[in-house]
Amino acid sequence: MSAAPAYSEDKGGSAGPGEPEYGHDPASGGIFSSDYKRHDDLKEMLDTNKDSLKLEAMKRIVAMIARGKNASDLFPAVVKNVACKNIEVKKLVYVYLVRYAEEQQDLALLSISTFQRGLKDPNQLIRASALRVLSSIRVPIIVPIMMLAIKEAASDMSPYVRKTAAHAIPKLYSLDSDQKDQLIEVIEKLLADKTTLVAGSVVMAFEEVCPERIDLIHKNYRKLCNLLIDVEEWGQVVIISMLTRYARTQFLSPTQNESLLEENAEKAFYGSEEDEAKGAGSEDAAASALPARKPYVMDPDHRLLLRNTKPLLQSRSAAVVMAVAQLYFHLAPKAEVGVIAKALVRLLRSHSEVQYVVLQNVATMSIKRRGMFEPYLKSFYIRSTDPTQIKILKLEVLTNLANETNIPTVLREFQTYIRSMDKDFVAATIQAIGRCATNIGRVRDTCLNGLVQLLSNRDELVVAESVVVIKKLLQMQPAQHGEIIKHLAKLTDNIQVPMARASILWLIGEYCEHVPRIAPDVLRKMAKSFTAEEDIVKLQVINLAAKLYLTNSKQTKLLTQYVLSLAKYDQNYDIRDRARFTRQLIVPSEQGGALSRHAKKLFLAPKPAPVLESSFKDRDHFQLGSLSHLLNAKATGYQELPDWPEEAPDPSVRNVEEEDISLIETHVGLLGEYTEVPEWTKCSNREKRKEKEKPFYSDSEGESGPTESADSEPESESESDSKSSSESGSGDSSSESENEDQDEDEEKVRGSESEQSEEDVEKRKTKKKKVPEGKGEASSSDEGSDSSSSSSESEMTSESEEEQLEPASWRRKTPPSSKSAPAAKEISLLDLEDFTPPSVQPVSPPAIVSTSLAADLEGLTLTDSTLVPSLLSPVSGVGRQELLHRVAGEGLAVDYTFSRQPFSGDPHMVSVHIHFSNSSDTPIKGLHLGTSKLPAGISIQEFPEIESLEPGESATAVMGINFCDSTQAANFQLCTQTRQFYVSIQPPVGELMAPVFMSENEFKKEQGKLMGMNEITEKLMLPDTCRSDHIVVQKVTTTANLGRVPCGTSDEYRFAGRTLTSGSLVLLTLDARPAGAAQLTVNSEKMVIGTMLVKDVIQALIQ
Amino acid sequence: MIHSLFLINCSGDIFLEKHWKSVVSQSVCDYFFEAQEKAADVENVPPVISTPHHYLISIYRDKLFFVSVIQTEVPPLFVIEFLHRVADTFQDYFGECSEAAIKDNVVIVYELLEEMLDNGFPLATESNILKELIKPPTILRSVVNSITGSSNVGDTLPTGQLSNIPWRRAGVKYTNNEAYFDVIEEIDAIIDKSGSTVFAEIQGVIDACIKLSGMPDLSLSFMNPRLLDDVSFHPCIRFKRWESERVLSFIPPDGNFRLISYRVSSQNLVAIPVYVKHSISFKENSSCGRFDITIGPKQNMGKTIEGITVTVHMPKVVLNMNLTPTQGSYTFDPVTKVLTWDVGKITPQKLPSLKGLVNLQSGAPKPEENPSLNIQFKIQQLAISGLKVNRLDMYGEKYKPFKGVKYVTKAGKFQVRT
Repeated sequence: MSAAPAYSEDKGGSAGPGEPEYGHDPASGGIFSSDYKRHDDLKEMLDTNKDSLKLEAMKRIVAMIARGKNASDLFPAVVKNVACKNIEVKKLVYVYLVRYAEEQQDLALLSISTFQRGLKDPNQLIRASALRVLSSIRVPIIVPIMMLAIKEAASDMSPYVRKTAAHAIPKLYSLDSDQKDQLIEVIEKLLADKTTLVAGSVVMAFEEVCPERIDLIHKNYRKLCNLLIDVEEWGQVVIISMLTRYARTQFLSPTQNESLLEENAEKAFYGSEEDEAKGAGSEDAAASALPARKPYVMDPDHRLLLRNTKPLLQSRSAAVVMAVAQLYFHLAPKAEVGVIAKALVRLLRSHSEVQYVVLQNVATMSIKRRGMFEPYLKSFYIRSTDPTQIKILKLEVLTNLANETNIPTVLREFQTYIRSMDKDFVAATIQAIGRCATNIGRVRDTCLNGLVQLLSNRDELVVAESVVVIKKLLQMQPAQHGEIIKHLAKLTDNIQVPMARASILWLIGEYCEHVPRIAPDVLRKMAKSFTAEEDIVKLQVINLAAKLYLTNSKQTKLLTQYVLSLAKYDQNYDIRDRARFTRQLIVPSEQGGALSRHAKKLFLAPKPAPVLESSFKDRDHFQLGSLSHLLNAKATGYQELPDWPEEAPDPSVRNVEEEDISLIETHVGLLGEYTEVPEWTKCSNREKRKEKEKPFYSDSEGESGPTESADSEPESESESDSKSSSESGSGDSSSESENEDQDEDEEKVRGSESEQSEEDVEKRKTKKKKVPEGKGEASSSDEGSDSSSSSSESEMTSESEEEQLEPASWRRKTPPSSKSAPAAKEISLLDLEDFTPPSVQPVSPPAIVSTSLAADLEGLTLTDSTLVPSLLSPVSGVGRQELLHRVAGEGLAVDYTFSRQPFSGDPHMVSVHIHFSNSSDTPIKGLHLGTSKLPAGISIQEFPEIESLEPGESATAVMGINFCDSTQAANFQLCTQTRQFYVSIQPPVGELMAPVFMSENEFKKEQGKLMGMNEITEKLMLPDTCRSDHIVVQKVTTTANLGRVPCGTSDEYRFAGRTLTSGSLVLLTLDARPAGAAQLTVNSEKMVIGTMLVKDVIQALIQ
Repeated sequence: MIHSLFLINCSGDIFLEKHWKSVVSQSVCDYFFEAQEKAADVENVPPVISTPHHYLISIYRDKLFFVSVIQTEVPPLFVIEFLHRVADTFQDYFGECSEAAIKDNVVIVYELLEEMLDNGFPLATESNILKELIKPPTILRSVVNSITGSSNVGDTLPTGQLSNIPWRRAGVKYTNNEAYFDVIEEIDAIIDKSGSTVFAEIQGVIDACIKLSGMPDLSLSFMNPRLLDDVSFHPCIRFKRWESERVLSFIPPDGNFRLISYRVSSQNLVAIPVYVKHSISFKENSSCGRFDITIGPKQNMGKTIEGITVTVHMPKVVLNMNLTPTQGSYTFDPVTKVLTWDVGKITPQKLPSLKGLVNLQSGAPKPEENPSLNIQFKIQQLAISGLKVNRLDMYGEKYKPFKGVKYVTKAGKFQVRT
């Protein structure tokens, strides 16, 4: 109480809004604070006739209540004022009454008569407020009065009073649950109410009192569905969640066929592409498995619910959106669920608490329906300012969404996260990487490499977490990772985190045959430090000792015995027990012979690899959006979401006899339904198609799609592409052993052409890999490289690339120690460059797919069809340029051209064709790129080594250079077995871009955005030779790799492109006036490029 | 549903409690304090905490915790949404949602809470209705009240609650009839090290301030409604009209409210108005590092970018920073390690930059990560998505209202990774 005077002082002065005035009021706190018995004065004030004094007193009392102070001794004085005329006093008295009536039941009864009078008042609002207070007073004696009042109010004329009656029902129920039956009657009556005001409240009462009486809903189901949109937000949430349960009991599962499929697919593998590929096959199987099932037709009432809730996804209230989302997730056919993703993603912009809840739900959904959120992958990217709990949830979602196609982007994101200052988050990221690695076999080695590099991180927690994850990954394929285990063994000297130490020891023990030399040494060290270790480490030391004893007893017998005797006297009984038990097992004694004979089997049994699973798996058996789901535990009062019934209950129960206007409307809706069905299915098809298309397009990252379509080829290719990329989905499932076989095969069948191109591609992809030596063989067949490849060949390549992928990455793996050294000095942890080539595999199909896309676009966007040929025909860039003269090159002459085809490895690279010809009289061997000192930003994708170039022969190779949107020269070395030549390629500015297609309008719009400094204009005179359309277009497109934009006026030419690296738009307009005067305008964010381009184009035109 | 509500300030004092059912002891908050301690950071307190007998659902707003006590299953978002609505209402009534404002107006707060929930179920949450029931405090009114002894509680009974349009009160009268719309767009973006955009989208809202007499029926149309990718509406908007005609048709609430919020997400439509050149480096084994950032305009569509602020959370090992700005002023808080650079306007002739040395704790290893830059800016008279209001029509009333639209573009969560 000591703080009370001070408090009341400032309260007295400021309880009301009129701060300064109260200071002069004789009744204000300033005087009373010194008075010890303040309550007496309050009583006095309450007893006066002055409303203002009463009000002041009540305000102070309410302030006390708000502080949690006890004001119950004032009860008699306050309750007298219940009939006060002043509304504010009356309201505050109500507040007091509701708070203390439970404690002073007898006195509370004094006020009842006032409320009973109020219930009869002609004003509906007074009736309502009387009922509200009456029902809020928790005094059991008045239960009959309350019951009566509720019954009466339930048939009141005013919907507002009826709403209040609905609110009163749960209050009475909690006071006296014996009234249930009578209350249900009232609920039944109120459920039939047709006003939106009542609907929410009565369903709330239904949920609290009798959620099991689902039969009460039947007659009102359609009405509730139709009213839903007009009910206030809070009511909507309650109604939707109730209707979800109702629908689960009354309708058949819309996914009954699909669900079977889904299960199959889930078992098969994580990847969705595969599901898709399987779909066709297993559908039949599923169909035959369910011969008895009738074809599914959705109940019109079921459809009604889905249709009427959909607009609510647009609600401003996050709770409503979530409620609809869970309804769709639990009730809608698979194809329709997708609509909720957008709305849920929108909620991520909201308050962090909302984000927290939404992300939890998204995490659960994304396990079941990954495709749904895939388009929004980037919305889950993590900002450094997010709270840790949000970061971890987003990470969970990202991990769930990762698949074969998007894994490179996801891993690149993870790479940024790993360097975060937030160490908890880093640890979570490492686990996420581990999960990606287990789920997506293709990146396993890359991830493992990255994690191994993390081992040299400074932060111990990071190292420890990596060790734990590496351990799990290694368990999946231990045979190949002797090196990593050795590396880990070295770490035991430094890592102090017990969990990590224990993991390393377990690994060494488990795979001691892979590290036969090191294992005993580690044991020796551990034996030395045994007493100082943590308990889990000690247990693992014993484990290691036992395993080594069994495999290599000669070296370790003494050590083991030493460890066991140390353990025997340990303080921890677990360790003593373990030591005793182990000794009995491994050391043969007289009696226990039987067990020790099998000791090896016991200790070194093959153990199943751990499965890294999401903690959100199977959470969807809780109704989404519920408290129970969030806590992953059943909360009090949680209503289980029932399973779909086998047989649909009778739908006629929902029919209502007296059909008033609103219900007729319903029926119109229902009839209309049948015509609408096709639309739904259409929509679902579209969605499905989108999903299927995913793997084709996703890697080309939006704008590059149209860009790449520059190399136009006949439309008919699209089919073959789809084939090849569907192959790509399953390509990586080939197991290790197969790969090895393949390697051998490869050598055998080297003669065949296709095999060779395969080799080439593979080499190109794995740029860091050392070239296999001693294969002197003429590689004349390189004309099959991408530049000129026919469609069939390129298809083959892409297929074989896929097959090569595993072995390639596997082989890259083999000298890990040599690689980790240079990488260590960088901070780059997941060496992504190293793996980017394989990951971008699907790009090569898109390159061709996009031609068919372009063909599609033809019909869609291009208004001027005559332009099409010139748009799509490949324009060869600047002619051949010399890279190395044959004299300087001692017989080796090298030329290059810019092919203007998208480089298959990386869309940001300019693809450069290099032509070698040997004019000397000795074969030139081992042509490859040497180390190059490149300016910042520029990177090179080397061409595969040319084994040998016979005299007089020539060869072509393709390399990619990322010029980083600058015309800086790329300097590099060209090496043969004997010589090195320094050469450089400087790109004309026109080659740094790729064409894009846009309509005239788009062009204008984009141009509008690039005004001011981004616009460069130059006037020129076109020579006579250069006045025809054809020549102008040709000249411009030869100078710069731009696509023509259709244009309404005849003497204006528009071209558009994007720079390759940054993807910034380059827009070129040439306005030719009759007399040959012309104006050239270039709009580009990259001003330097713009200026140079203007110069080059003018030069080309004037010539 | 919602049993009780506790308001807790940052130092852990429970300064207000309200119970809608039987009283729950304050001690239940101990579980919350426990979680708060564990979380270290206020933002990391889990919004939902399970205790043996209750569940606590809390939000953190304006340095206050709103902790509600729940006893049975209820959708957590329902409660969170409601708590935010309570905080919004306080904000609306008192101009700020702070401990001082709540303590000063404790009676009004109590009256509001009483009206907003009945037995734990939301009753009246629309600000129009609440304002009819309980008048917001103004200086004038408090003077009048103290003289005449009248009160803040409205003597007219609320009518809005009874009508079909619960968001609007009846009998509104203005001498100047005005309708203003603010189109506010925020750019959320993540820009990576090399300056390319990893992720960008536009989050827009249209806030309205409507002071129109009677029951006006408005319809607002856009030049380019297809731009709006994903929209959420105030309940007053007729969804069907939007679906069929892409017109916002509504009877507005009186006063300020948020009409719609929308998202424009297709990445290529998002123009990024600024670029940042940065070089931040820390030297190994020496106690200093270099810090150099320059900001320049990119696609600003001919408008000036103003109100630029750069906030950087520096790594823990940074002791102090010695920088020279060419423009504006900077502060570095050595306790929270937050660097704030208030730049102001960009003039393209002379790009603002901030250069200098960073003092690191000696002996500590150099930070692995360069800090991300959070950038704030504002562009007046521009909606970056290109959204344009076409016209506003009014039906149902005779007078001619004054209409106005304002466009503003701001940076939302705009982060540059370095």
